[in-house]
Amino acid sequence: MSAARRCCLLRALAGFFVWRLRNTGIPQIPCRFVHLHRVANDRLITFQYFNFLKRMLQQLDQEKKVVYKISPVSPVHQSWSETSSRNELREVKSAAETEDSVIPVGGESREDRRWKEMKVQLDDLPGILARLSKIKLTALVVSTASAGFAMAPVPFELTCFLFTSLGTGLASCAANSINQFFEVPFDSNMNRTKNRPLVRGQISPLLAVCFAASCGIPGIALLTLGVNSLTGALGAFNIFLYTCCYTPLKRMSIANTWVGAVVGAIPPIMGWTAATGSLDAGALLLGGILYSWQFPHFNALSWGLREEYSRGGYCMMSVTHPGLCRRVALHHCFALIGLSTVAPVLDITTWTFPIISLPINLYISYLGFRFYRDADRSSSRKLFFCSLWHLPMLLLVMFTCKKSVLEKEDKGDLRGGSHEMALEIRLP
Amino acid sequence: MAAARVLRPGGCRRPLLLSSASFSSSSSSSAASGGGSAAERGEQPDSAGLGFRPPAHSHSDWIGPPDKHSNLRPIIFYVPPEESALERRLREARQEAQASNQRFWARHNRAFRQEKEEFIYSRLKAKGLEMRDESGQKATLNAEEMAEFYKDFLTKNFKKHLQYNRDWYKRNFRITFLMGQVALVRALRWLRRRKKSVEQ
Repeated sequence: MSAARRCCLLRALAGFFVWRLRNTGIPQIPCRFVHLHRVANDRLITFQYFNFLKRMLQQLDQEKKVVYKISPVSPVHQSWSETSSRNELREVKSAAETEDSVIPVGGESREDRRWKEMKVQLDDLPGILARLSKIKLTALVVSTASAGFAMAPVPFELTCFLFTSLGTGLASCAANSINQFFEVPFDSNMNRTKNRPLVRGQISPLLAVCFAASCGIPGIALLTLGVNSLTGALGAFNIFLYTCCYTPLKRMSIANTWVGAVVGAIPPIMGWTAATGSLDAGALLLGGILYSWQFPHFNALSWGLREEYSRGGYCMMSVTHPGLCRRVALHHCFALIGLSTVAPVLDITTWTFPIISLPINLYISYLGFRFYRDADRSSSRKLFFCSLWHLPMLLLVMFTCKKSVLEKEDKGDLRGGSHEMALEIRLP
Repeated sequence: MAAARVLRPGGCRRPLLLSSASFSSSSSSSAASGGGSAAERGEQPDSAGLGFRPPAHSHSDWIGPPDKHSNLRPIIFYVPPEESALERRLREARQEAQASNQRFWARHNRAFRQEKEEFIYSRLKAKGLEMRDESGQKATLNAEEMAEFYKDFLTKNFKKHLQYNRDWYKRNFRITFLMGQVALVRALRWLRRRKKSVEQ
């Protein structure tokens, strides 16, 4: 259970529409976000996120203790009584309540209070819709899109930036809502996701679909008409990829992980195309960095969620191909080093970027190697937690090492003589 | 009996259990008898052994705590006094889906628990250990040993999950489409009523 929850947290961090882990307790959507543009905000959200993740992991630990406590069975073939068998994946505190539900006489008022009327309360609606759209994950996705926008080698335009962020955010809300709409019974069976609005009946499926349509259509329209058609097309494609490819594929084949990595890689590409209007090497490099990052992040997370994935019927590498899972994570840690080196070659950053980012890339590669060799819970946790701060830091370093547009235009004009100066913001 | 309940003014609650397969083993026997006697008494039928009866004045569905075995939340559907054919189709589709989901997940989770116990028992036996060690603590296997079981269980149930996914997606789309139709009909009815009252 906790694993699923942890997975969710990780997913949310990873990027757009990443819903890797479903079953284990940790929320499937790890939120991985990088704030580049507003450092203060970035730090605040990262800090909040870390606290959220810590809480989830603590619950994960608690649940892990429960998971392996099995009720005694003498001969295997004896049928066990209903009252003695419990769902060990439930939280411990609900144990007393479940016993009450079997015996209708006692604790009736307590049971009655757990029944809720299925009527939409307007006061609760904003909170419900925020949870339906996975607002934290959406915020992270918008952050990666902003990172892509910020790294583009063009003068900064505020209106374009706002349109991109808003459009990406709306598209993300739509995709997340549809995902929850598809996965109600599966979410009910995982600790991380069992308190979602559709699972709890706080909102009807019809309302969820209407909300998704009312976010997705204006979002894509905003991107297409307010920014450019390439960004709009990428946004629509990403919604489709997430809802119609990744979500069903999670239950069919391990290929879902690669599809999910692409889903996470597209938002920074969208940010870049929004700024420049074209899909060039820089966009693909940024997308590549997000793509590679997804693997150590998700694979490490999924390592602890194997029980929930197995029970829920999710096809994940960590369950079916554990060796591949660790190998892929390690290879993509190395790929991050390679991609960081390619950045100055493509004139996106200066050569200080691969040098400054080498320590953090080497560290995550080292943890990836430990995970590959040891294949245990502690190494997977270390790798996962490293991935949480690794991406924000990498993108931040990338931003500070960004090659100034002014410098590119006029090589002779050295402002302050520093090659690492960030792009000057020119107001329209 | 069912017709009498529907036509009674004030509507009635259609407990999930009565129109579908057993909801939970402990409540199935009480369901039918409880429903029948309630109808004869002219009262609202009990929620078929779920231990809860929604208040009489409420005109909406009620959702309960997660089921012990399936982790799904049961819903008691409200049957309005003038339920149209479309609304009845929607309610029945939802009841059927809920019953089917309940059956699947209760069985599946039970099988998982049971097979896990068997696996642990057989592994401990092979190692020469008992289910409980000297201090009385339950013996467990570590994560890597359990991973073998998880992989096996997932592969074994793969086809079952594919079939269930197909069913679930179909049902979900159908229910949502019916909800849309019902909402549209209700909205048009409301608009017509408003137009009439404005004209008057």
